[in-house]
Amino acid sequence: MLTALLVMSLIALLLGSVLGFSALKFKVEGNPLVDKIDAILPQTQCGQCSFPGCKPYATAIAAGEADINRCPPGGEEGIHKLAELLGREFVPFGEDTAAPKPKSVAIIDESTCIGCTLCIQACPVDAISGAAKQMHTIIEAECTGCELCVAPCPVDCITMVIIQENISTWKFQSPEFSAASASRIITSMSQTT
Amino acid sequence: MRTLYHFNGGVHPPTNKSQSTQSPIAQAGVPSRLIVPLHQHAGNSAKPTVQVGDRVLKGQLFGMPEGSVSSAVHAPTSGTVAAIDMQVVAHPSGLPDLCVSLIPDGMDEWIARASTDYLTTPPDELRQLLRLAGVVGLGGAVFPSDLKLRPGKHKINTLVLNGAECEPYITCDDMLMRERADEIVRGAEMMRHMLDAHEVLIGIEDNKPEAISAMQKAVDAGPFSKMAVIAVPTIYPGGGAKQLIRVLTGIEVAAGIRSIDLGVQCFNVATAYSAHRAIEHGEPLISRIITVTGNVQQAQNFEVLIGTPVNALVALAGAKADTNGYIMGGPMMGVPLPSDQVAVTKATNCIIASSPVLFPPPLPALPCIRCTRCAEVCPAELQPQDLYWYARAKNFGKAQEFNLFDCIECGACSYVCPSNIPLVQYYRFAKSEIWANEREKEAANLARERHEFHLARIERDKQDKADKLAQKEKAALAAKTAAAGTEANAIDALRAQVREIAHPEANLPKE
Repeated sequence: MLTALLVMSLIALLLGSVLGFSALKFKVEGNPLVDKIDAILPQTQCGQCSFPGCKPYATAIAAGEADINRCPPGGEEGIHKLAELLGREFVPFGEDTAAPKPKSVAIIDESTCIGCTLCIQACPVDAISGAAKQMHTIIEAECTGCELCVAPCPVDCITMVIIQENISTWKFQSPEFSAASASRIITSMSQTT
Repeated sequence: MRTLYHFNGGVHPPTNKSQSTQSPIAQAGVPSRLIVPLHQHAGNSAKPTVQVGDRVLKGQLFGMPEGSVSSAVHAPTSGTVAAIDMQVVAHPSGLPDLCVSLIPDGMDEWIARASTDYLTTPPDELRQLLRLAGVVGLGGAVFPSDLKLRPGKHKINTLVLNGAECEPYITCDDMLMRERADEIVRGAEMMRHMLDAHEVLIGIEDNKPEAISAMQKAVDAGPFSKMAVIAVPTIYPGGGAKQLIRVLTGIEVAAGIRSIDLGVQCFNVATAYSAHRAIEHGEPLISRIITVTGNVQQAQNFEVLIGTPVNALVALAGAKADTNGYIMGGPMMGVPLPSDQVAVTKATNCIIASSPVLFPPPLPALPCIRCTRCAEVCPAELQPQDLYWYARAKNFGKAQEFNLFDCIECGACSYVCPSNIPLVQYYRFAKSEIWANEREKEAANLARERHEFHLARIERDKQDKADKLAQKEKAALAAKTAAAGTEANAIDALRAQVREIAHPEANLPKE
């Protein structure tokens, strides 16, 4: 009886210490779910979700404090991906979120710029170069199109320009489109005759 | 007799080649205006080196290669640069790209040309020469040849010269081999020398007996011991690089592996010809042979200056009245041109005038019945019916798992599909969507990295400021105490002085 108790408590102690050790040794730094959500978010860092950046929004989603339909730059595709990752239903954009816009880039009218550095401070990805009382310019390749620099500009010299498709970004259309439109034409023709 | 191997599948579409092989290669001449795109090769666009209004000579540099994967672009004739602007180019998108427009002066005046001895010049210099001469693969991929001529980690055993020309209608390589075999063979010998390859195998489909005999004669005439002309069976797409390598050597180039890692490199015959022109004659790649065929009066091959507008070229062959468009390339892999004003590029091997009789509009696509005839003919041994399924459902991850990127877009699957499904278009759609997603992902990663750095920098600045403030305060305190100390000292000194004045005897030495 005593031996059995002793053996059982010894085993419990051993397993407990193994578990305790591994909990310390293999501790996962940060929340892996946050990183997974953050990987889906478009990293515009625009704050349109009412959080100060993509990572804080990802953290809020992971904690269940925010809905998944608050990211306009991610588009409906982004909501679908988040819904799939989190095993939730798709939710359309809410009333209070801005409508998705085509991808754009900020352009500074350099002749109007007074060199106040306010836009440089506002840019979340350091994509504006310039110094006090010197002309500023935007590094287009690094601009996420977040529009955060537009409002602070005291002389309104920043405009958002929609990125046009060029040869290297052009995409083949799915033949589905042409097939669908063709069948629509055929049905409309058969209806008229 | 050499043992030949087989690749999976393949089809036998009507070849339609004899129309354009009746007469020899003709010179297309100099049109009234040339439009030379600066992006005619795989990789980065060339950087313009001329300005509007410049007088340029034939062969003068128009654009310098930019970055490691790039090539040069040259003036096709002498004249004046009229514009450097965005023009519609020979691309399925119909979008404009940066082009140099040249008004020829009719003198056709060359730059100074020098011949290079390939045997005494180091291979690195030869590669640089080819890069600056704008020599790229003329089989269709327009990949810079200098990069393919760099031997890898492994010893190159075989150099395959691709003269198969399997696609219907196209005969430019056939005619080039018939008429200029000796220059092709000498170019191949230069390439063999640069790669230090053991042997050269020239693969030509057996429906080109004239080309085979001309090439055989050229090989026999020269001192090329390790060079063989081999007739390969006529089957589409036997001229695909991987397929020809398979047929000639039995080596199967697996997914994600380049043939050079298996000791085989493959070049088109026209590429060997232009490499020879560049090294032996100092001539950059400014013209190529193009087949003009289809709905024309007299189908023929022309030697055409790069930048010649398609309408000027087709006028030489005489397009018939019911022509309703032009295809660049062959009927299997070619793309419809957005306009007849676009210029021919280094990638243009054939222009087909199409008509409703020649190429009737495709029948409406019916549902896939999973008959797997596409899988039977697929030369890359893929499962086209599954790829179609995933591409259509936009399940791109799954399409990649099914090796979408091994698809060479040969069109054999679409050719045999009983449901008339435009399969290749689905694959092209899926590929470009995947590339776009990757670009977006890269941009997002860059933005994340920069944002994190931004936050870290703000934090660091704040810390620095706080540190500085603390230091300043500390310094001020120290200065204060120091100042207080010196004040006390000064008072002491003054007191001593006063004492001295008051009691001068106190300090005198005692007597």
